[in-house]
Amino acid sequence: MIDLLAHNALLVSLAAVAFGAILTPVTIRTGRREWLQLVYGAVYANFLLVSIAAVSMVVALVTHDFSVSYVAQVGSRSTPLLFTVISLWGALEGSILFWAWVLGLYSAAVVALHRRRLGNLVPYAVMTLLAVAAFFAILLVGPADPFLPVFPVPADGPGPNTLLQNHYLMAVHPPLLYLGYVGMSVPFAFALGAIFSNEAASNDWSILSRRWMLTSWGFLSAAIIAGMWWSYEVLGWGGYWAWDPVENASFLPWLTATAYLHSVMVQERRNMLRLWTLNLCVATFVLTILGTFLTRSGILSSVHAFTTGAIGYYFLAFIAIVLVTTLMLVAGNSERIQTKGKLGGAASRETVFLLNNLFLTAVMLTVLVGTLYPLVAEAVRGVKVSVGVPFFNRMALPAMVSLLFLMGVGPALPWGSTTWADARKRLYPPGIAAMILGAIAVIAGARSVYAILAFAFVGYAAMSNVREFWIGMRARHRAHGESWPTALVRLVAGNRRRYGGYVAHIGVLLIALGITASSTFRSEREATLTPGQTLTVAGHTVRLKNLWGREEPQRSVIGATMDVVGKNGAIIGTMEPRMNYYRVSDQPVPTPAVRSSITGDLYVNLMAFESSGANATVKVIVEPFVPWIWFGGLVIVIGAIIGLGYGGRSATAPAPATNPAPSIASADS
Amino acid sequence: MKRGWIIGGAAVIVAVFAWLLFGGLQKNVVFFLTPKELLAKGTDGVGVPVRLGGQVKPGSVKWNAQTLDLRFIVTDGAREVPVHSTGAPPQMFRDGMGVVVEGRFGTAGVFEATGLMVKHSNEYRPPKPGEEAHEKYKTLIQQSSQ
Repeated sequence: MIDLLAHNALLVSLAAVAFGAILTPVTIRTGRREWLQLVYGAVYANFLLVSIAAVSMVVALVTHDFSVSYVAQVGSRSTPLLFTVISLWGALEGSILFWAWVLGLYSAAVVALHRRRLGNLVPYAVMTLLAVAAFFAILLVGPADPFLPVFPVPADGPGPNTLLQNHYLMAVHPPLLYLGYVGMSVPFAFALGAIFSNEAASNDWSILSRRWMLTSWGFLSAAIIAGMWWSYEVLGWGGYWAWDPVENASFLPWLTATAYLHSVMVQERRNMLRLWTLNLCVATFVLTILGTFLTRSGILSSVHAFTTGAIGYYFLAFIAIVLVTTLMLVAGNSERIQTKGKLGGAASRETVFLLNNLFLTAVMLTVLVGTLYPLVAEAVRGVKVSVGVPFFNRMALPAMVSLLFLMGVGPALPWGSTTWADARKRLYPPGIAAMILGAIAVIAGARSVYAILAFAFVGYAAMSNVREFWIGMRARHRAHGESWPTALVRLVAGNRRRYGGYVAHIGVLLIALGITASSTFRSEREATLTPGQTLTVAGHTVRLKNLWGREEPQRSVIGATMDVVGKNGAIIGTMEPRMNYYRVSDQPVPTPAVRSSITGDLYVNLMAFESSGANATVKVIVEPFVPWIWFGGLVIVIGAIIGLGYGGRSATAPAPATNPAPSIASADS
Repeated sequence: MKRGWIIGGAAVIVAVFAWLLFGGLQKNVVFFLTPKELLAKGTDGVGVPVRLGGQVKPGSVKWNAQTLDLRFIVTDGAREVPVHSTGAPPQMFRDGMGVVVEGRFGTAGVFEATGLMVKHSNEYRPPKPGEEAHEKYKTLIQQSSQ
């Protein structure tokens, strides 16, 4: 019953989005703007219809309606409720449905917020969103239909992929990723809308689109960090990033989106890079679709690649259509879009922004080539290869370390130009922080050039960004006699975009510090222990207490209880690394135990055990500063939220004293 | 004139970047080979990073829990390659299953593995009757529930 309702809802939604997309140009060409109400109605109707389908799926999952193909594929009566609900995005068809729902949500929000704007920009942007929605609607009624009937109806199903039901972060990472990925359709839609409506030469479209890009960028940043955390907590190898194609797929649009967020400022301030900024919008969107193709088509073997089938060809065709259409549009209008702005002096902020874009693009191209090369090699030369981690490290690390340095230079330099003497004066204080952190790294035992440089540049950039707050606060304190906290709040409120950016910088630096420290000073040991035996790694001692087994509804759990022994021999904690055997698979899911503190993690994974309980082989890893990565992710999100509350290019002059303390999330349009 | 310089400079930068990129690729590409393909390479296959894929030959797994010394044979049905690694095998490691071993083939004819991956197929293989965890580890589970 419910599958019929949902299936029909999806069919009607396909009709609605196709109707809306076709009606838009007709409306504008014929000058009947009142018909736009129908287009916007189609957007709302699509959101409602896809919501009905998504809710139906959740209901079918929760009620274990195995007559629905998707439920028969991922459902199980023994799976806990949380993991039953989130298996909505646990396999191919459900994840496409969820994608369509998020796109419907964004499209409805765009219409609700911007429909009163005059001109043709918004109608054409909505048309673009509807065209993208049509693609996903076609997938949902065609190759990725989640509501196919199943007969005979099975009594029970296998449950979700075992790796995906082992940790609660699976309730966090995918929705964030979709909100980030799908949200990047909106700036793309505005970019195309600007070309269609001949508004690409003005700044208006980027003022509208950049806030959507910042929103999506914030979600995507959080999603990448949550994905790293999941990998760390579930895969049991003690790492969080392996340059896996799936990780790269999420990183690629992040790089171009970051480049966009910087270049759009140069466009506004210096009237430069207009065409480039527009291309970054398009590239970001294409990379999200490419990423979806890589992860969803089954072309790569990974936990994200669910099934193989015709869906890959749909994505390839869609990518081709998007690329050809936008290339023709951009090339045909490039003369008009081009900007006449001139670079100021060499020592200026826009120079740094240009370098920032150059390095971000270089990293993006490196990662893209490394990710696609195996596919090309197999298709062209018929050999199976993989691109090793050293390629990514050797090729991308220099540019990434340079970016850390630029992050310290940019905020310190003014727009336009400055004298070299002034630049030296501005860049000098962070240099001291760089030397201190670099020296600490060398004393602590870092020997790799990149690691030492990374530490030094993190110090440099951190000092530089924090100093911007300090300079602004001091000025307010002196001029208005404001207390320090008031000065900070008003400083940030007076230019939220700028200081939100600095907060995001600090988040990135915390992550860079966590990654550099944990990869430089990691120590690990593996040993087979009998109960009572201890293992010491880098000053941390664990003792095997016993091995145990436990039956749970959906799995059998084998665990080891390990005591953490302090310096004086007292037990300061216990850790329980486990192996979870789900009913559907003969392969267990490792579940390492992590004990975190501000200086780092103690990470224990159960590698093997004797079935009598006589001994267990455990791997103990000491990883300094890993929690700083997760914390840095939070700081980035806070920075993005601060930056979103930016209403226009406000003066850097002090805010009036009557200005009330701002609420951080207010989005004034 | 100035425009020409900019375009020329950009072309040089792009060319150098592409040259670096493909140089880096050539050095860091890891071939995925079966035992037959590896042995067919002769001395070319020795000492270079390789991913070796095949099945674990039944009965060939020797694991010393105390020294963490692991030896087994990877076969593709046609040829066999002995593999040595240090560290615990994944608990799911068992005879006849698909594995991918990352490492280098040594001159002594033994593949020194640095990484060991069990091939996860998209379709699950449910455990055979009697192989289920609650059967295999019955003693451990019963002991703990007392």
